[in-house]
Amino acid sequence: MHAALLEIADDCLVLGHRLSEWCGHAPMLEEDLALPNMALDLIGTARVLYDHAGTLEGQGRGENDLAYFRGERDFVNCLLVERPNGDFAQTMLRQLYFAAFMEPYWRAAMDSTDPVVAGAAGKAVKEVAYHVRHAGEWVIRLGDGTEESARRMRRAVDALHRYTGELFESSPAAAAAEAAGMLPKRAEMRGDWDRVIGMVFAEAGLDLPQDAYMQTGGRQGIHSEGLGHMLADMQSVARAHPGAVW
Amino acid sequence: MTETPLWEVFIRPRNGLAHKHVGSLHAADSRLALQAARDVYTRRGEGNSIWVVPSAAITASDPDHADEMFDPTGDKVYRHPTFYEIPEDVGHM
Repeated sequence: MHAALLEIADDCLVLGHRLSEWCGHAPMLEEDLALPNMALDLIGTARVLYDHAGTLEGQGRGENDLAYFRGERDFVNCLLVERPNGDFAQTMLRQLYFAAFMEPYWRAAMDSTDPVVAGAAGKAVKEVAYHVRHAGEWVIRLGDGTEESARRMRRAVDALHRYTGELFESSPAAAAAEAAGMLPKRAEMRGDWDRVIGMVFAEAGLDLPQDAYMQTGGRQGIHSEGLGHMLADMQSVARAHPGAVW
Repeated sequence: MTETPLWEVFIRPRNGLAHKHVGSLHAADSRLALQAARDVYTRRGEGNSIWVVPSAAITASDPDHADEMFDPTGDKVYRHPTFYEIPEDVGHM
């Protein structure tokens, strides 16, 4: 069961780290706080899940071992969350795509047979609900903003939409955890996701790609080039000073 | 972002207390201003309600008129309850 938890933990950690890369670089001070706020929400969720996954695995691995001492091929996050930040439009669309999936996912996970998962879900569902709202408002304003912002938003859709199909796919590990009632069935989030994305896109004046090719592979550890660079950066301190504490 | 309007932020720390001015921020409109206020000013559990007001909507007193606005109250000590002595017979008020 721990393998299924790792998938969600990796999603949260990788996206959290991507968002943290904006810290000090956001287009305005207000977003320079908003983006790391969301990053910390996600990293907090990842910590709970790593800790629990390590316990269930029973090999003595803790959250730091799982976050900092696994290689790229061992990470089982979906491809969407590892996509580079790009511009602000791409970062916000990536956030909306992911959060619009996680909000119904965590809501359903509050009924998990695993009390740790249910507890993490109860906290995370409020956080991702805000992520949907915040990212959604930006997608609407950029899509329905100036000629330049609308062009960038359309470019973000072109760059990211192909990674959304993987959100709804359950790996064998996830399917086992879903059958046991530990995690919700990913495919069942489709209706909620389509509704939220449809509403935001309609207000933003964006066209939803039809019959787009969907790229997958993250759950098998087949990642895009960017993840290795990101992990090298994220893991460098922990690997240079194993076991170091503040 | 020089054209982004300025907003004043008011936060109520608890039910029953008044909203208190905590600072300002830039945002394109009121909905984003509320979100920015949440992200900038309530990261440590500072409150449970937020108001945002366009800074341009606030009419402020002129510092140059402070003398005539505020000094006249300086010698009216009888406006403070501590000015009055309460007779013993009144007891505890």
